[in-house]
Amino acid sequence: MTEAFIFDAVRTPRGRGKPDGSLHEITPMQLAVQVLNALRERNDLDTAEVDDVVLGCVAPVGEQGANIARVAALAAGFDDRVAGMQINRFCASGLEAVNTVAGKVMAGMSDLSIGGGVESMSRVPMGADGGAMASDPAVAFKTYFVPQGISADLIATKYGYSRDDLDAYAVESQKRAAKAWEEKRFEKSILPVKDLMGAVALDHDEHMRPDASMQSLGALKPSFADLGENFGFDGVAIQRYPEIEKINHVHHAGNSSGIVDGAAGVLVGSGEAGKRLGLKPRARIKSFASIGSEPTIMLTGPSFAAEKALKRVGMNKGDIDLWELNEAFAAVVLRFLDVMDIDHADLNVCGGAIAMGHPLGATGAMVLGTALDELERTGKETALVTLCIGAGMGTATIIERV
Amino acid sequence: MTETINFELDGDGIATLTIDLPEATMNVVNRAFLSDLSELVKKVTEDEAIKGAVIISAKPSFMAGADLRMLAQMSKEAEGMSPEERFKAAFGYSDLLRQLETSGKPFVAAVHGLALGGGLELALACHYRVLSDDRSTKLGLPEVLVGLLPGAGGMQRLSRLAGLQVALQYASTGKNLSSMEAVALKVADLVVPKDKLLESAKAWLLDKPVAQQPWDKRGFKIPGGGGAMHPNAVRTMIGASAMAQDKSWHNYPAVEAILSSIYEGAIVPFDTAIRLDSKRFAELMAGPVAPNMIRTLFVNKLAAERGAKRPQGQQKKPIKKLGMLGAGMMGAGIAYVSARGGMEVVLLDSTLEAAEQGKAHAEKLVEKGIKRHKTTKEQGQALLDRIHPTADYADLEGCDLVIEAVFEDREIKADVTHKTEAVVGEDCIMASNTSTLPITGLAEASRDAERFIGIHFFSPVEKMPLIEIILGKKTGDEALARALDYAAAIKKTPIVVNDSRGFYTSRCFGTYVMEGAAMLKDGIKPALIENAGRLAGMMVGPLAVADEVSLELSYKVMSQAKKDLGDAYPGSPADDVIIKFVEQLGRKGRKNGKGFYEYPEGGKKYLWPEISDHFPEAAEQPHVDEVKTRILYRQAIEAARCFEEGVLDDAPSADVGAILGWGFAPYTGGPLSFIDGVGAKAFVAEAERLAKAYGRRFAPPKILRDMAENGGSFYPAA
Repeated sequence: MTEAFIFDAVRTPRGRGKPDGSLHEITPMQLAVQVLNALRERNDLDTAEVDDVVLGCVAPVGEQGANIARVAALAAGFDDRVAGMQINRFCASGLEAVNTVAGKVMAGMSDLSIGGGVESMSRVPMGADGGAMASDPAVAFKTYFVPQGISADLIATKYGYSRDDLDAYAVESQKRAAKAWEEKRFEKSILPVKDLMGAVALDHDEHMRPDASMQSLGALKPSFADLGENFGFDGVAIQRYPEIEKINHVHHAGNSSGIVDGAAGVLVGSGEAGKRLGLKPRARIKSFASIGSEPTIMLTGPSFAAEKALKRVGMNKGDIDLWELNEAFAAVVLRFLDVMDIDHADLNVCGGAIAMGHPLGATGAMVLGTALDELERTGKETALVTLCIGAGMGTATIIERV
Repeated sequence: MTETINFELDGDGIATLTIDLPEATMNVVNRAFLSDLSELVKKVTEDEAIKGAVIISAKPSFMAGADLRMLAQMSKEAEGMSPEERFKAAFGYSDLLRQLETSGKPFVAAVHGLALGGGLELALACHYRVLSDDRSTKLGLPEVLVGLLPGAGGMQRLSRLAGLQVALQYASTGKNLSSMEAVALKVADLVVPKDKLLESAKAWLLDKPVAQQPWDKRGFKIPGGGGAMHPNAVRTMIGASAMAQDKSWHNYPAVEAILSSIYEGAIVPFDTAIRLDSKRFAELMAGPVAPNMIRTLFVNKLAAERGAKRPQGQQKKPIKKLGMLGAGMMGAGIAYVSARGGMEVVLLDSTLEAAEQGKAHAEKLVEKGIKRHKTTKEQGQALLDRIHPTADYADLEGCDLVIEAVFEDREIKADVTHKTEAVVGEDCIMASNTSTLPITGLAEASRDAERFIGIHFFSPVEKMPLIEIILGKKTGDEALARALDYAAAIKKTPIVVNDSRGFYTSRCFGTYVMEGAAMLKDGIKPALIENAGRLAGMMVGPLAVADEVSLELSYKVMSQAKKDLGDAYPGSPADDVIIKFVEQLGRKGRKNGKGFYEYPEGGKKYLWPEISDHFPEAAEQPHVDEVKTRILYRQAIEAARCFEEGVLDDAPSADVGAILGWGFAPYTGGPLSFIDGVGAKAFVAEAERLAKAYGRRFAPPKILRDMAENGGSFYPAA
């Protein structure tokens, strides 16, 4: 089997996903184009050498529709022969895109490709693509569909995480993110986004609240109580988990991932292609896996994905130096720490999406880059990156520094 | 000649189709009507002299839904048919209404009274709807209540007239619309006084009639949006699916089918949409839920109300004057429903004050009725004027029926019986509302046990639809006939049972409550027990309902049974739980403010967190399906036992009584229908497994073992 290496990873800063966010004036196409251009320029890349651009995008409609990956390659002026494919693994799309191109390299069917993702949540809102899962009653009934926030509250209820547990985690995430920025840990990968005139539109993650405290978070109202209690979703969740009397609504804007805009890209290829093009391998993609899990609780997939990815290459959790789990909701992370029995000190060391935001289609590629930077900074060897996923899935990738 | 619809053509070329089913109080969609309507639609379409048609009713109501007996028949006929044939049978009426609406001739529905189900679907297919402003005029699609969906385009027309939200709301709940609501929601076009109905309908036909439905015009859009691409419609559907699941606990396939029909129907053209509706209708008809619900909740319930159990040769003699002994909650409620049924009621208690307090309860109910426009001030006052509070037995003179609802004590009951019989005439029937004491024993206090009977009401009397009539050993035909006539007068559904401990409903209901407590003893999580109860289809979880009827009552029933049966008392793991809660913890149920649940003031009740201190939760919890099985089987086995012991002698009474009396899972059609549905053989095998695992109370009675052996069932196989 050919080995797949990561040569480079870049990401945009994450802009607040609202009309007053700094990236709102930037089209999602531009976000993707600037990432592709950066990869070309940083690596002095002849784009004719690139087989494919695979981008994750979770609301692939409107200006993100019609295969944004291929169109972004064209718009970035890549060689006509570079194919493009948009994929949707919901929240893990960015990571799955990297896994997809890595898999082709490993199979010997590709030499060099780009995996990544893009999402302008301020311009194409979450859920803009509809979908049978929620709106078709036959499916909603069959799968006991509830929105993710209800699933997150269900995890907290079922496994006994209190509001304080979650808020304490969120405060720590903010602290770590602030410290990481202060220490310029993201510097290698951050690509400031330029506006129409070439001026910097955003050069830092603007969703962060470094001064968040237990008190300030304590003042926030639960986000999903109304949905759960008045629109029947708690009832649906309880019918799937009848051992539960009542859902505790403990998640809110401050201990859930932020809604943001952003894009990321990872350059992946074979060692041979690297040699030929003068690219320096930074990490080896050791293993990856995706898995389905029970869809109503929805967000418990990461541990299953992690175990699957570890098992595939005969590793165990002790072989992993650094863990990255997307902070979709605080309870997801607390559950993962518990079930994997790992230390928070080794997970999300630079904070996560609670502080910096979760641009759905891009996040997986972003956190992969963060893990790689952190391995290089600390001299550690292995990292496992994973995300929880809508409809009950998990995706995980294991990398090893070269 | 059409037998169900009168046809008239006036000088202006306007045809009037007056629906008037022979020998029926209510118009329903049956085979004769379908054939008549088909013939007349053809005539109106083809006859050039006819400009348009009004459809109206000769009866106090426009039209109820389909004849459910016809549907029950259709469901039987459908067995063995191919999908294509079943579709064809289901699509007939819808197809006919589509012909009517695309005939090119304008049709108007002139609606007074009820227009329900197939009746409303007919009105919706017309190009214009005029409603009478009468309070009795109500539109609705109640099919969901018997496990079906409106199969003749009603949902599609409703969503195209009034939007998805309205269609979802009314079709999935069966709720009615008043005339004013119907016009406000654009379901109807005009409201006029009843005597102007025909005139207004004709006026529209002569003025500027449009013989094309909005949805048959180019560029039509569903009001408020529809389909998978419309954000508003998507939001509506997401909420509707969750709320419907929340309420139906995944037990009613019709609810899901209705939502799907409305959702998918908004995506495809009208003609495709109504075909999808008919396909779903045919699937629901293929059961088991709809046929079971129709059989029990319609056919057999109606038969019971019409006196299926009334002895032959007994003349009807209306109860004119009723004596009510005891003016507590039950007595007051019985006085109220009796006065509402037109009777003069003597409401007697030990003091005049107590009796007047009972009447005050009736006053409150009347007030509520006026506020909710269920009755008028005058009617309410007349009702109250019929209730005469007293403490004097002499006032009972002339009563046709006297019901006692005094304290559950044999001596007190004997005493009031003696005092009553000293005053009332010899033909007066004496009834007891006891829920625990055998009637045969109580009848011993009467001068004439033949005229002594049990009439068991359920609380709250004004709301609960069932009464359980109990025959003592000596109760005669006349007493039974009068009790049934009384049930009809107060509009309750009666079942007739033989004397036995707890009779039928209390005895079976008790097993539900006790199984809940037994599972606590087994270490099953309280929330799992409660949710399994709801998932099994019960209205309320077993622990919650135990609190409602009070743990003290369970305690008393248990103690009495122990005393009466001595060594023969079978015992149950539940006994320890009940004793613990009542004797040691002093948690006696809702009235006491604490039981299995906590009842915070102004807040929602929640399970008492300390239950597990007394009955520790097992480390391994059973699968919810096992908990559901225990809940349903325990009750069904008791119902079968009652059947075997002759407490009841017919399956319909057992099933009707179970659903209306203690809220046994309606989707099953009742406990005996449930057993039939599982099949005696499989049921017995499962019951034997349960008996081994949990105790002899699950042991299948002989009647079931015989059925399992001989391939029998409670209802004749279809």
